[in-house]
Amino acid sequence: MSVSTIPIVTSAWQERLQRRQGSAYSAIWDLLDAVKDPEIPVISLWDLGVLCDIQQQSHEDGTLTVVSITPTYSGCPAVDMMRDQIAEVLEQAQLRPYQIKTQLAPAWTTDCLSPKARKQLQAYGIAPPQTSCMHAQSYTPELGVPCPRCASSNTQRISEFGSTACKALFQCEACGEPFDYFKVL
Amino acid sequence: MSDLTAATLEYATRLGDDALVLGHRISEWCSNGPFLEEDLALSNVALDYIGRARMYYTYAAELAGGGKTEDDFAYTRDAREFRNLLIHELPRGDFAYTMVRQLLVDVFNLLYLEALTQSADANLAAIAHKAIKETRYHLRRSKEWVLRLGDGTAESHKRTQRAVDALWGYTHELFEIDALEQSLAEVGIGVNNTGLRPAWLAQVSAILSEATLTVPKDDWAVRGGRVGYHTENLGHLLTELQFLHRAYPGLKW
Repeated sequence: MSVSTIPIVTSAWQERLQRRQGSAYSAIWDLLDAVKDPEIPVISLWDLGVLCDIQQQSHEDGTLTVVSITPTYSGCPAVDMMRDQIAEVLEQAQLRPYQIKTQLAPAWTTDCLSPKARKQLQAYGIAPPQTSCMHAQSYTPELGVPCPRCASSNTQRISEFGSTACKALFQCEACGEPFDYFKVL
Repeated sequence: MSDLTAATLEYATRLGDDALVLGHRISEWCSNGPFLEEDLALSNVALDYIGRARMYYTYAAELAGGGKTEDDFAYTRDAREFRNLLIHELPRGDFAYTMVRQLLVDVFNLLYLEALTQSADANLAAIAHKAIKETRYHLRRSKEWVLRLGDGTAESHKRTQRAVDALWGYTHELFEIDALEQSLAEVGIGVNNTGLRPAWLAQVSAILSEATLTVPKDDWAVRGGRVGYHTENLGHLLTELQFLHRAYPGLKW
């Protein structure tokens, strides 16, 4: 069943895309596309917006590769696993020495999601964020987030917090299924 | 270490202590929530706070140098060394008590973090930018619950009012400042929290009134958290929080 996704192209995403396209390290970016979110294993860290930047600098032991990531939520327990997975990819590509830096500013927002990530969320059964975080009405609505399974808008919020901090829980009145909504942050 | 660095280190530690202690308290609801969704929500809020503590402690460890890590701050200090405001360490009580405390703290945090986003210290400003977005979600929920419980049944109203009365005396400390925080506020790094009370009181009073609850009189206050004088509850909390690390120092998960 196909459900149309609201096309949202945010400035945060545009900036990220420009950084990647203008980067001299496109091979490493491509390599790290293999690292997926441990909680939503169809989405890469790049598409999720967690992967911020890649730089290389000279170092006493050769070239140092610096990968910058930003956590989604402060307490997201997946961040440590993401670091391990990035390290694994860098090890396999023999890109030692490397450093994985956590970057807090600018804070991650759902505007960092790529358009592809929104489609992937939907296909995975998670309703993507409905608006940009710059939108005045960016809070989770009580009703009407389209069901990712049957596309009905006859849905209602059950809880502001779902299976993880980044999601709220909804129930579809049409098909009866509960589903997660990826909150605007 | 310069005086300013030492003061910033102490300040980051204090804010980390507030977040860790409250995060641990809320985490006690995990598997004890009144129903599944609420259990998940509280656990998620607890995680936000613990994540916040990690950010403040990681920054403090960076300032301290000497190979310190966030774990040294969380696990190897005794109760007397913790600098959290007392309201964060009080036992979780019943569900009404937990939600009233969240409301009082959430309204405060929103005002405080808003100011901290303007900090001249880039790390503190970045943490505030991150935390404030989560706090907005926390406040929406705690407000809804206080309205529902206060304006609910006779029993829920009674318990919610009892919680407001029991917690009120601990809110004054939120707006007190000492010489260290004053000095940081003067150079634009820290927040001058003394000026936040009118806005806090106006917002909290409006919510309590709508919930048919009475705003208590300001006739008692408890203080001491920022100098390390705690209620007996903090020691009990740390006993549980630090047990594993104390029993097996340096243990890796």
